[in-house]
Amino acid sequence: MRPDLFEAPDYYNLDDLFSEEHLLVRDAARQWVKRDVSPIIEEYAQKAEFPRQIIGGLAEIGAFGPYIPEEYGGAGLDQISYGLIMQEIERGDSGVRSTASVQSSLVMYPIYTYGNEAQRKKYLPKLASGEWMGSFGLTEPNHGSNPGGMETKFKDMGDHYLLNGAKLWISNSPFCDVAVVWAKNEEGRIHGLIVERGMEGFSTPETHNKWSLRASATGELIFQDVKVPKENLLEGKSGLGAPLGCLDSARYGISWGAIGAAMDCYDTALRYAKERIQFGKPIAAFQLQQKKLAEMITEITKAQLLAFRLGQLKNEGKATTAQISMAKRNNVEMAIKTAREARQILGGMGITGEYSIMRHMMNLESVITYEGTHDIHLLITGMDITGHAAFKG
Amino acid sequence: MKILVCISNVPDTTSKINFTDGDTKFDTNGVQFVINPNDEFGLTRAMWFKEKQGATVHVANVGGPTTEPTIRKALAIGADEAIRVNAEPTDGFFVAQQLAEVVKNGGYDLVIAGRESIDYNGGMVPGILATLLDMNFVNTCISLEVDGNNATAMREIDGGKEKISTSLPLVIGGQKGLVEESDLRIPNMRGIMMARKKALNVIEPVDAAKATQDAKFEKPAAKGAVKLVDNVDDLINLLHNEAKAI
Repeated sequence: MRPDLFEAPDYYNLDDLFSEEHLLVRDAARQWVKRDVSPIIEEYAQKAEFPRQIIGGLAEIGAFGPYIPEEYGGAGLDQISYGLIMQEIERGDSGVRSTASVQSSLVMYPIYTYGNEAQRKKYLPKLASGEWMGSFGLTEPNHGSNPGGMETKFKDMGDHYLLNGAKLWISNSPFCDVAVVWAKNEEGRIHGLIVERGMEGFSTPETHNKWSLRASATGELIFQDVKVPKENLLEGKSGLGAPLGCLDSARYGISWGAIGAAMDCYDTALRYAKERIQFGKPIAAFQLQQKKLAEMITEITKAQLLAFRLGQLKNEGKATTAQISMAKRNNVEMAIKTAREARQILGGMGITGEYSIMRHMMNLESVITYEGTHDIHLLITGMDITGHAAFKG
Repeated sequence: MKILVCISNVPDTTSKINFTDGDTKFDTNGVQFVINPNDEFGLTRAMWFKEKQGATVHVANVGGPTTEPTIRKALAIGADEAIRVNAEPTDGFFVAQQLAEVVKNGGYDLVIAGRESIDYNGGMVPGILATLLDMNFVNTCISLEVDGNNATAMREIDGGKEKISTSLPLVIGGQKGLVEESDLRIPNMRGIMMARKKALNVIEPVDAAKATQDAKFEKPAAKGAVKLVDNVDDLINLLHNEAKAI
């Protein structure tokens, strides 16, 4: 892979809107990605392996629960800082960002928000430091867009719960130490349970042969008569709204992360177009290439503004699920289109591992599907503006 | 040991350079600023003295409020306290006089400044500062050890290195070699959080003369078109007849 020459586009001088601390946090993450992720990520993606050696670095730059209060090992940062960290990590690779998203929004967030004090104290500091890694079990083989239909269930056995079922497409599953698992009780009500590696009957087989997020480990969570201690129930909230609250947080992070992937593709394509000579001049001088590049920077700039405003709303506690859906959907689609156009600018070179573009493009095929598919997010907007839910039977 | 690291706030090397006001002022619009690399090598070495020898490290910058993100980064890397002299650093003599005042008031044993900033490349400040303070001075310093009151420094000289024994108080004009690029630190979250609580003291400049002022900036001529030649004879012909270089 070529040296990482990334220069971040900031066409509308958004840096002027960020605080001193936002910039410090963002630049630290940016420097770290350049130093520790870019030089190795292509190799790990090619061999379909998660680079576990970067977990310590992710923790150091605050990628694990940056908005969790300091007393629980977090950094007590705001939502814009969280977004900027996700943006910078995904600039390196969506798979690495997925690992950080899951840890922050899908494991630490529910333990912090729905957990009791003992659970917060036990899990959050170790998750923030990366000593423990977490995963989140909601999606099942037969229930993707319709998680409410889940079949995983637990029974009250008096002194413990007995958990049975299976979860699929779970980031971090093969190496997770803890899993936040959503299952129905005997009354059919959804609850969150913290399952720890080592509990009898709990296994995490890896999903192989992915063409996407290859530098991130994906797998299953299988529960066969797993005895879960009663103190591992998340008591703060039950019902489908509880896991969906976590998804709001993760989707928000993705709306920033996707910008990072797009920025990297745009920057690579712009540099290549200026250097690549055909017919006696740089291909950047040809109108068709300029159209691609000009549209890319326009769309990136719009996505940046969308994410920034959503960050402000999130900081004020006002961001709605529908607003988050709009940003996730728009920004991921923007990124995938940017990656495809950038790939064309690089011609044949675009398909090689010398450049990051094809890796981003393939990663984004997962990002556009997970955490609410592209179509479902459109229907969430549709429901929000019309009052009619078009995705329910 | 009390160390002062002087840091300049300079454009990132990838910045597009433009000028305004009839080519007399640098256009900062859209430019990202960083700690001057020569200063960052010094800061990183100072962190080593802090961690291994219990030194206290302060940073000082002469600049307007817009330099504070760069100063805060130095605090996040691990400096204990910062001082910003609230004035535009337009002249090396002026800057050195401001820093001399900071050193006098702070009672520092060791002052580390970059041998030059990578924006204006004046290269004056550490030398003038040492003279104003009547301190020992080692310029283009590529390694530094301190043992009690004694210091051993290495300098880069033409075709080799020079080892110098000297004593504190001392001013260093530092550069790469004080530490290597791979030793430079990225602020971690713990450091960023701690930096929130560290003092960044803003002081007003003392009256000081400026020895120079910028009359005009000129950018290098734009690169011309590239000509590809197939053989040495053609190359010699072009260099001789067209470029008139040989």
